[in-house]
Amino acid sequence: MSDKVLLDYGSGGRASQRLISELFLDHFGNDELNRLNDAAELAVSGRIAMSTDSFTVDPIFFPGGNIGSLAVHGTVNDVSMMGAVPKYMTCGYIIEEGLPMADLEKIVASMGEAARKAGVKIVTGDTKVVPKGAVDRIFINTTGIGEIFVDPAPSGDRARVGDAILLSGTMGDHGLTILGTREGLEFEAGVQSDSAGLNHLLVKLVRELPDVHVLRDPTRGGLATTMNEISSSSNVCCELEEGAIPVRSEVSGGCSFLGLDPLYLANEGKFLCILPEEHAEQALEIMHADELGRDACRIGAVTDANPGKVVMITKLGGKRLLNMLEGEQLPRIC
Amino acid sequence: MSLKLLDRFRDPELCRALLEKLDKELEGELRFMEVCGTHTVAIFQSGLRSLLPEGIVHLSGPGCPVCVTHESEVNAFLDLAGRDDVIIATFGDLMRVPGHGGRNLKAAQADGARVSVIYSPFDALKIAKENPDDTVVFLGVGFETTAPTIAATMTMARAQGISNFRVLPFHKTVPVALAALMDDTATRIDGFILPGHVSTVIGLEPYNYIAADYDRSAIVTGFEPVDILQSLLDMVRWRNKGEAHVANNYRRAVSDEGNAKAREVLYDVFEISDALWRGIGLIPGSGLEIREEWADMDAKREFGVEITEAPPLPGCKCGQVLKGILSPDQCPLFKKACTPANPVGPCMVSTEGSCAAYYKYKVD
Repeated sequence: MSDKVLLDYGSGGRASQRLISELFLDHFGNDELNRLNDAAELAVSGRIAMSTDSFTVDPIFFPGGNIGSLAVHGTVNDVSMMGAVPKYMTCGYIIEEGLPMADLEKIVASMGEAARKAGVKIVTGDTKVVPKGAVDRIFINTTGIGEIFVDPAPSGDRARVGDAILLSGTMGDHGLTILGTREGLEFEAGVQSDSAGLNHLLVKLVRELPDVHVLRDPTRGGLATTMNEISSSSNVCCELEEGAIPVRSEVSGGCSFLGLDPLYLANEGKFLCILPEEHAEQALEIMHADELGRDACRIGAVTDANPGKVVMITKLGGKRLLNMLEGEQLPRIC
Repeated sequence: MSLKLLDRFRDPELCRALLEKLDKELEGELRFMEVCGTHTVAIFQSGLRSLLPEGIVHLSGPGCPVCVTHESEVNAFLDLAGRDDVIIATFGDLMRVPGHGGRNLKAAQADGARVSVIYSPFDALKIAKENPDDTVVFLGVGFETTAPTIAATMTMARAQGISNFRVLPFHKTVPVALAALMDDTATRIDGFILPGHVSTVIGLEPYNYIAADYDRSAIVTGFEPVDILQSLLDMVRWRNKGEAHVANNYRRAVSDEGNAKAREVLYDVFEISDALWRGIGLIPGSGLEIREEWADMDAKREFGVEITEAPPLPGCKCGQVLKGILSPDQCPLFKKACTPANPVGPCMVSTEGSCAAYYKYKVD
């Protein structure tokens, strides 16, 4: 294969076939995919959770991961938030011609590795190569399905007054890494994307505590946005303790330098868990036993004070809203 | 500064003690205004506002440079953004400021305008070097805080022989504007929390007239809750004794003399001019324009930009909010016609505007 991705590789002809067999099958290979039929034949049972996401992250390589591993973690996590065991995934690549083949290989390899670690099979895919400028280097879409093993499934509208709000770890690591890398900033050691597949921890948690009301991963828009979505769907007030929300000091330092708020930054390896107060301690124990939930803590409670709103009890003991952002965070003048 | 040291200025115990003292020592009402958007946000974000004694009335002033950027200035840079031969370089928070019919730079960008959001004006020089056939116009919006860096960037552009870099000078200066606020008898301001960032450059001297001529206190203050509470307590104590002072409570960052070198760079390139403030109008001597010697980098001269008074927006009370006469939630448009998604007036535009802060943080 040439050292750059050429338009030929998306033609459907021999070049495409070579790319599929020498690269994609090599890293993703499994019984379902290897048949290379027009569609994959899958064995699933019961209720299915299904989720799709498109990944357009810039930069495509960043400390802690790359667009390939992210495309697996993002979808695996979304499926897992439904109390489901993720089983199968699809992937669609849209590649800008001229992308170095070595970059593509690196991305595909880490995608394969992430899928193996999550125990998910990539069973069907598609590759398009488009002319220069039509996309920015590479976009990936993944769709995943998983078998739901709990009834009722966790859902954003199931937060109840009296529930405890737990968070699995620190906020803002992924978002700051991406924005900082984009600005060409060198961070202190410790700032890197938290991109990770949460499915093994979540399956363990929900199997032991089936009465989990809400599971959500605070990705785009961060904790603030996710909490607002939950408050609104459940029509309850989520009261958060500012001092309890874990943020790495390197991350809060980087955020204050860039004029950003870590509570609005994306996370790719964290989840929120809302469940009856009496299960909170046990849930935290389960989370603490897993590397990905080591920093888990209780950050607040569900109340009836201001339905539909997220209220922050500040470190000083004052109250303020934690509102949704209008659009992306923009660096400020001063 | 280490984060550990900063933690001392956020210490809840210390804040509680200061709040108790404030409550005990306050006689009557103290109406204070902060004139920096970062203070506005700090007061809300820390929850301080919900903890202040009832008699401490918080008025948000015209502290955010984005907020006070005049409509005709916004229209001017939107027009420039529409030119094929121009790349706009700007700090991010100007992207959503509405001009004509609600249009902003985000919309212009979607229509094909080339707009780069940058963190430092020096980044604009890099863009200029990479695009030699285009003119890179940096939007010079800000107070005395940003002006020296922009002046330094222009100096560097000249030294490096970069000929396609321009600045559109819409800077405003803080001290003169405070006089305009106090001259409006409807404002009733007892004291000012003065901006930390601006004061690092200009020092204390330009504010001295506030105590001398207007008999009110004004204190340069840091952005942590302990900083703000200590300054409020000082104001209360001085007023109880019938005194007014201009003081510096932010010595860890600001020297009384300011930064003479930064001022030298600033005034080498810029000179004092009149300026139009959104919501307030013309304030003589409150702006900065580019000196004749630097005319070759002045986008205003090159593109014939004219700034003219515009009629106030119908129904918008930002003028009164900026002066502290009305609180944001007393404006009939607040949260109805005017929201962060569709800001009508300047105070809703920037995340540091007082209306935006009310919208974002205030628990009903």
